[in-house]
Amino acid sequence: MGARPKLIAPIAVIAIIAIAWIAVGMIVTNSYYQLMLTIVPIWAVMGLSWNLLSGYTGLISFGHAAFFGLGAYTVTIALVNYDLTPWLGIPLGTLVGAVAGIIIGYPTFRLRGHYFALSMLAYPMALLYVFEWLGYQEVPLPMKREAPAFYMQFSDYRVYIALAVALMVVSLIISLAIERSRFGMSLLAIKQNEPAAEAAGIDTLVWKMRAIMLSGAIAAAAGGLYAVVLLVVTPGSVFGMLTSAQALIVALFGGAGTLWGAPIGAVILIPLSEMLQAEFGDVIPGIQGVVFGIAIILVVLLAPEGIFWRVRDHFRQADPKPPPLPAPAGNRACPGSAPYCASRASPTCDGEGKGGGTPATACNAPQEPQPATQAKRAPILTVSKLSKSFGGLRAVSDASFEVAGGEILGIIGPNGAGKTTLFNMLNGFVQPDAGEVAFAGQRLTGLKPNRICRLGIGRTFQVVRAFPRLSVLNNVIIGAYASTATDADAFAAAHKALAQVALSERADILAASLTNRELRLMELARALAGRPRLLLMDEPLAGLAGPEIENLLGVIRSLANEGITIVIIEHTMRAMMRLAERFVVLDHGRVLTTGHPSEIIKDASVIEAYLGHKWAAIRAHG
Amino acid sequence: MTSFGNFIEIFLQALTAGILIGAIYGLMCVGLGIIFGVMRVINFAQGEFLMLGMYFTFYLVVQFNLLAFLGPSAGPYAGALLAGPALFLIGYALHRFLISRVTGISVAGTEGEGHYAQLILTLGVALVLQNGGLILFGSTPQSVRTPLSARAWEIPLLYDANAALFLNKARTIAGIISVLVAVALYWLINRSRLGKTLRAAADNAAAALYMGIDVDRAYRIAFGIGIGITAIAGGLVATYNPFQPYIGLDFVIIMYAGVVLGGMGSILGAFWGGMTIGLVQQLSTLVLPTQLQNAAIFVVFLLIVLLRPQGLFGRATERI
Repeated sequence: MGARPKLIAPIAVIAIIAIAWIAVGMIVTNSYYQLMLTIVPIWAVMGLSWNLLSGYTGLISFGHAAFFGLGAYTVTIALVNYDLTPWLGIPLGTLVGAVAGIIIGYPTFRLRGHYFALSMLAYPMALLYVFEWLGYQEVPLPMKREAPAFYMQFSDYRVYIALAVALMVVSLIISLAIERSRFGMSLLAIKQNEPAAEAAGIDTLVWKMRAIMLSGAIAAAAGGLYAVVLLVVTPGSVFGMLTSAQALIVALFGGAGTLWGAPIGAVILIPLSEMLQAEFGDVIPGIQGVVFGIAIILVVLLAPEGIFWRVRDHFRQADPKPPPLPAPAGNRACPGSAPYCASRASPTCDGEGKGGGTPATACNAPQEPQPATQAKRAPILTVSKLSKSFGGLRAVSDASFEVAGGEILGIIGPNGAGKTTLFNMLNGFVQPDAGEVAFAGQRLTGLKPNRICRLGIGRTFQVVRAFPRLSVLNNVIIGAYASTATDADAFAAAHKALAQVALSERADILAASLTNRELRLMELARALAGRPRLLLMDEPLAGLAGPEIENLLGVIRSLANEGITIVIIEHTMRAMMRLAERFVVLDHGRVLTTGHPSEIIKDASVIEAYLGHKWAAIRAHG
Repeated sequence: MTSFGNFIEIFLQALTAGILIGAIYGLMCVGLGIIFGVMRVINFAQGEFLMLGMYFTFYLVVQFNLLAFLGPSAGPYAGALLAGPALFLIGYALHRFLISRVTGISVAGTEGEGHYAQLILTLGVALVLQNGGLILFGSTPQSVRTPLSARAWEIPLLYDANAALFLNKARTIAGIISVLVAVALYWLINRSRLGKTLRAAADNAAAALYMGIDVDRAYRIAFGIGIGITAIAGGLVATYNPFQPYIGLDFVIIMYAGVVLGGMGSILGAFWGGMTIGLVQQLSTLVLPTQLQNAAIFVVFLLIVLLRPQGLFGRATERI
């Protein structure tokens, strides 16, 4: 899946399915099979609707019957009470479904995981009882003999088949368009790591709202057509738990997260259950349910991720082995700068690094702060009196410091000093209790992480937050959405960011198969793709060994040379001494001191904070 | 009698009914809650195990009359309690041979942590049990009658000689047994070595594994206990409520709502969650038409969950 994916093949597949389906429908005369040919696409649409929200975002909905039922009842009530033709009733129901999506989504998206799943269950249940109470226990659609076609009533059943297939085609195309765009990628990012998506500049709430609106609209359309086809609506049949379960089951059975899953699931499961019902329903009531239940149990045991993925994985090759470190032994200091220097002319790097193997001495510049660069620096980030408590624990208290434009600032301090909490406040994950953060003159307090990212503050995490089941390139593309308007620009920005960290050759493999060093570089590239002016790096060296550390340090220095201001939390003091121009020392949430690294390590209070006062005393007297 | 006194009487009547039903709901929620709390699995088939508990009690007490020696009053309750160990074994075996394939450490790294597979698998189990129940037990509604269900304790209200509170004996005893079973389970989880094992496995499965705890066994036991507890609740419901093989659907939603309300993973919370549902259901009849009784449950449920996402009794533990 790249930025310019080929759409012709999937569209051709959709067209072939639709034509074949309608062709079969034209031949079949048995009214039972005709009904089946109509019902299967309707459930495929329901599955697609469910997949659009739950398959892509990973937020499982047990309540899609709410949308289905609202669509069905809108069409029915519009026809019965207001004589409105379903030709307009179904679009109206679609609108109702979308509005219901907003009303349901906005509060419910505050919940996560199982809470979200089970809370969704309450909506159709409440609606079910309300519709019963309103007196809509069993509403038949009146026959319109004078103008049947105007009221979507046809004696020739094949028209219904065509309508159902048309709805399925529309839903498939919508799903395809979403899957192959920024929309779908954002949803997948939310599914795989929501905080990371938010930190990478994805407005997660907005994308989720769009998804549930569209999903609600499609489910309502399916419900509307269902009412027209079956000619009778009861609260139990459209709002009941089985309707939600059916939507979920066809999508999961076929494979969640792909538009092919729901149709596969519907084509197998719906006829199977109907046939079992027809064959055995009269002989032994219940046997069809038992067989159906056993069938889905068996499939789950054999293909727990759904049929589509199992079949696809079967034909897929294993990922290539990770290549060795890109840096030759003689050029450990700054391997990452090579692609940067080659790609962009710059006074510091010009003429350096083009050979790839030549030592890039200029990149070591920040190691020894240069007076010339220090003079021009104005503060880019101002932190004033920032405080945050968790219960009784004061994680950060009254922290104030400035970050000068273009510098590499190290934040050090013992475990539990409040370093990560500080970062979480800087990028909007945590709202401070008191104090302010200003970035390039703008207040950040109260902004969501995605807004802060878009303002130009990138971030990496202590434990890498990747989107493990996306390719490396797609991971970085998601970061690039923050800084680009079109998908093509995002693609280009992502490639550039990968080149900056020297990870281009791993672009197409899944993030899950990267080494720790590569994961850190990928996360860095994701942050870079958003074109940050300030980069917050939380322990970028954690878990890395000697040569890997050198590799990453080189990359970080090359970024600083490009003019990106960098704030690093790190425990590896030796590396930090060489990298940072200035330290801010945190202890128990307070800023202990700030200053040049060589001064900081002699500071008794710092030694005391790290090693206890005994060591500080030895140091002072010895 | 004044209209105010009248209202007080009706209110107290609804309140006691809510507490009694709430206690039974609480017990079934505890069953689902322990499964969720320890294994983080949503069991769609929990309602069907409630149904199996009902039929177990029915066959033991009514059909085969095996507990006749206990007398007509005590027999049904003994039957309901015996449904616990019986269904524990079924749950234990079910986890061993089916559920364990899609849960636990083995699926921790897969997409969605195996949730998708768990959902479909338990839905499949629910379908098999529902329809298998239809084949085995038939669709005729059954009940476990006890002479107590037609009797009531009359508690005079002090403020008015004419007012009194009626406590249906069958429901009252069922409610009291529910509380006792829940307390016993709470003790087991919090005091015993087995409970410690379960809590360790729930808290951090990987760490528990490194400490030498057999996490898969802990999961099997938790699943068995959860099923058994809900089955006891089912047996108790059977003493005052007719049932058929599809009755699980009516209760599974109440169980989900109760567990979420209680803050998933908290045993005590699940009980209070179920109690809340019982109270809302009964008290809503004071102001709403009976048809909206169930709608009220879900509206109150949504309000509470949306205002307090971690549940009434849960803690927010999201970390970044």
